[in-house]
Amino acid sequence: MGESMTASALETEALAKRFGGLVATDNVSFRLEPGARHALIGPNGAGKTTFINLLTGVMNPSAGRVLLAGEDITGLRPEARVRRGLVRTFQINQLFDDLTPLETLSLAVSERLGLGGDWRRRLGAAGSIAREVDRVAARFGLADSLGLRTDTLPYGKQRLLEIAVAFAASPKVLLLDEPAAGVPEAERRDILDAIAALPADVSVLLIEHDMDLVFSFARRISVLVDGALLVEGEPDAIAKDARVRAVYLGESRHA
Amino acid sequence: MNAALGLARRARWRWLEMAFWIAAFAAILMPAGAHLILNEIAILALFALSLDLILGYAGIISLGHAAFFGLGAYAAGLMCKYFAQEPLLGLAVAMAASGLTGLLSSLLVLRGSDLTRLMVTLGVALVLHEIANALPQWTGGADGLQGMVVGPLLGRFAFDLFGRTAYAYSLATLFVLFLLARRVVYSPFGMSLMAIRRNQLRASALGVPVNRRLIAVYALAATYAGAAGALLAQTTAYVSLDVLEFNRSADVLLALIIGGAGWLYGGIVGALVFKILQDYLSSSAPQFWLFWMGLFLIVLALVGRERLRAGMRGALTWAKA
Repeated sequence: MGESMTASALETEALAKRFGGLVATDNVSFRLEPGARHALIGPNGAGKTTFINLLTGVMNPSAGRVLLAGEDITGLRPEARVRRGLVRTFQINQLFDDLTPLETLSLAVSERLGLGGDWRRRLGAAGSIAREVDRVAARFGLADSLGLRTDTLPYGKQRLLEIAVAFAASPKVLLLDEPAAGVPEAERRDILDAIAALPADVSVLLIEHDMDLVFSFARRISVLVDGALLVEGEPDAIAKDARVRAVYLGESRHA
Repeated sequence: MNAALGLARRARWRWLEMAFWIAAFAAILMPAGAHLILNEIAILALFALSLDLILGYAGIISLGHAAFFGLGAYAAGLMCKYFAQEPLLGLAVAMAASGLTGLLSSLLVLRGSDLTRLMVTLGVALVLHEIANALPQWTGGADGLQGMVVGPLLGRFAFDLFGRTAYAYSLATLFVLFLLARRVVYSPFGMSLMAIRRNQLRASALGVPVNRRLIAVYALAATYAGAAGALLAQTTAYVSLDVLEFNRSADVLLALIIGGAGWLYGGIVGALVFKILQDYLSSSAPQFWLFWMGLFLIVLALVGRERLRAGMRGALTWAKA
């Protein structure tokens, strides 16, 4: 714990990913401070998805390192990173459609508590799992939806469940990948509130297209263009930055 | 609904389940005549339950599940012939042998697509079949392993001609292993398998160590298949090469698909339907029973289980009205 006073929550050092001749991630050195509310933006094809895949371990980088709380996690498998507290949400629906939120959340909680390999006891026999699921469900307004099939939930609830599932894994660093994409206006508020209410000690990196959400949430913004970090700064500075306006804000203000 | 209640309800025993097992055990006391086929059904049900663990729960498709069945059959057969006549001992050794082989070969099915898995599982079964064929001094080769004298169960219950003891033995084994499987699938481990089958990427994003879980369930399923093979060897006192043949892998897949994968009873229901259809159709039209089975499968695949069930329900209410 002591070292996290100085170490960043999440950091990349000269991270690069090449697919043949294509450079998808170009020498990105990025810091996410403890407790950050940081947004990563960039036009389509800027390499945001590749960057997340490198952070979460779905892809291996061609060069560079990923550090979580100062520790090198570059060689770790995705699930090992999750257990260390690096958790992501997904942009398009990757929930288990025919399972219930209860089952999905219980799974996330039991894996986090290290009970995921337990085959001798019923899921929930350890009361700690059920209590934690109730707590997370209440926090995200899902208490009434626990027993329903996930694909029968309204889309906004599904997006909330997406965040809740990640939250149930007890993240130290939470990567939110377009959490509000496709949510109808009426249900949007719930998502924004849930994100705003995330505990202060969870460092959050928001990957988003929606500028309203970005500017209402982020205290710091990084702009990714063609796989490289173009600029990083506070929201006001980013909004005024001529390069950013040129490549990004101008073109998708009302996209 | 709170989570504790919901999770408890999820794993609760249903009346229909209890009724089914009571009926299955009561059938031991039936007048002689049906026990031979009931024994076959129980064995196929256990074999299909084994496949359900990997296919229905973890999403590993296999066309070579007979590898473990056959291995168990030969292990039990050789145990009986050369070492000990007590069936339970042979059963335990067979399960250990198959489980160990499952553990080793699980590394081959971890990676790759469904197609790769089909090929690898098929390949493993073929290799084992040819090994058995090439070692006639051990396996009896094409003539089969003969001269097994299976001792009485627990030293008390001799195997009779009508298969009553055989059925009781197979059913009890099925029941015990079913209870274990039921425990496993409703455990956190089982939940993680269900997540893996649906979306591996997502499962690992929840912290599920996908490979480790797949290895564990593959070895467990192999152990079950080995038990089924041992039961066949011991209750028929004979093992032939067909325990390792492709047909057996295909039949068990068929039975499981008929009963529906992923709900534990699919293998049992499928085995019942499969064996009864086989018995009925092959006695009325021996050459053509597979034709009807094929037709049934095509309908099942094209119409889909959900719609078929809804259709039958509709027809029932229509018939009642």
